[in-house]
Amino acid sequence: MIPAQFDYVAAESASHAINLLAEHSDDAKVLAGGHSLLPMMKLRLATPELLIDIGGLDDLAGVSLDGDELVVGATTRHADLAASELVRTEAPLLGYAASQVGDPQIRHRGTIGGSLSHADPSADLPMALVALGGSVVLRGPSGSRIVGADDFFEGYFETALASDELLTEVRVPRRPGVPWGFQKFVRRANDWAIVGVAAIDGRIALANMGPRPLRAATAEEALAGGASAAEAAALAADGTSPGEDIHADREYRRHLARVLTRRALEHERA
Amino acid sequence: MTHIELTVNGEKRSDDVEPRLLLIHYLREELGLRAANVGCDTTSCGACTVLLDGWSVKACTVLAVQASGHEVTTAEGLSAGGELHPVQAAFQQEHGLQCGFCTPGMVMATVGLLAENPHPTEQQAREGLEGNFCRCTGYHNIIRAVLAAAEAKSAEVTA
Repeated sequence: MIPAQFDYVAAESASHAINLLAEHSDDAKVLAGGHSLLPMMKLRLATPELLIDIGGLDDLAGVSLDGDELVVGATTRHADLAASELVRTEAPLLGYAASQVGDPQIRHRGTIGGSLSHADPSADLPMALVALGGSVVLRGPSGSRIVGADDFFEGYFETALASDELLTEVRVPRRPGVPWGFQKFVRRANDWAIVGVAAIDGRIALANMGPRPLRAATAEEALAGGASAAEAAALAADGTSPGEDIHADREYRRHLARVLTRRALEHERA
Repeated sequence: MTHIELTVNGEKRSDDVEPRLLLIHYLREELGLRAANVGCDTTSCGACTVLLDGWSVKACTVLAVQASGHEVTTAEGLSAGGELHPVQAAFQQEHGLQCGFCTPGMVMATVGLLAENPHPTEQQAREGLEGNFCRCTGYHNIIRAVLAAAEAKSAEVTA
């Protein structure tokens, strides 16, 4: 399968990429690792006229600390995120989620900014960002804005990212030593979650239980009110109406959400 | 057309390519390096696995232009002077193949895996090859080959 024709520019800087985006708007797409975009282009589900390659911008990659937040550059690859000692100490849930994306080859190419802006509701990193209560930095022609995870994901493959904005940074609260849980149910190796659950600090996020990563709000309230893990987990699917496909019907997904939430809460790691 | 300059199996290459040309097609059709195969063509099976700056990647999901300025290694680039690379030798010894279609990808993924983790446990070897599908062997001999290659490499280092 071969993508439709497009023009290609290797961006020289983030500002260069943003200028090109502003100029070409909906006709352009940002390329980093290409592990969400290129498969869509090969299937001709996406036919951008211009690809703006930010994969070579080293200043957009890397992990650092800023006050009480861990800051991850948008083009940081999943393998680097998973291997980072700093991430393992400060936000181990994020590093673990990165280690669960796809397979090794995919983790060598895919980037956190790409995964988040692609916004597949079954993906690992969007769910982790929601559980951690993190945020993304979106940079446009007139400056940057910070959008929280709960507001960033709007629907199926839809985010708050405007067509002239570049996701440059991911920020999550530092959580050293705080217990967390991560559960992902798949039938096949290197597959997306049929249902996924990430939990930390009384927050519970669900993958593939709706058009975007969702909070299990009723279960969170129960936890805050002193309910046990099992009692809270029984409420994990409340208010959700997940989609159906060859892997699972709606009721089975709701069942998985309850079971996986219990496992995530009962088998938390630090 | 976009100009690319890259190193493939140690040789510098310089070409003008269509931006939409996939790395796998560049390697197979422009350079005649046919070890890496097109299998699923959907980033799943790993038959097209090559090394990009030493990291295993699926060449069906990388544009040739993305490889510009980087180093690509295919199975053709592993054996120096006609001698098998330790991973290739281990696949032969342990009979880690049947039809052979997935083998170049398996070998390259293994070279990448052992570079990251020179002494994988059996479980780590299985998870490390999660991105490569074999429809013949049931994987047992492949995993044996990975572990044998790791052992051979560490014997080589300590010798």
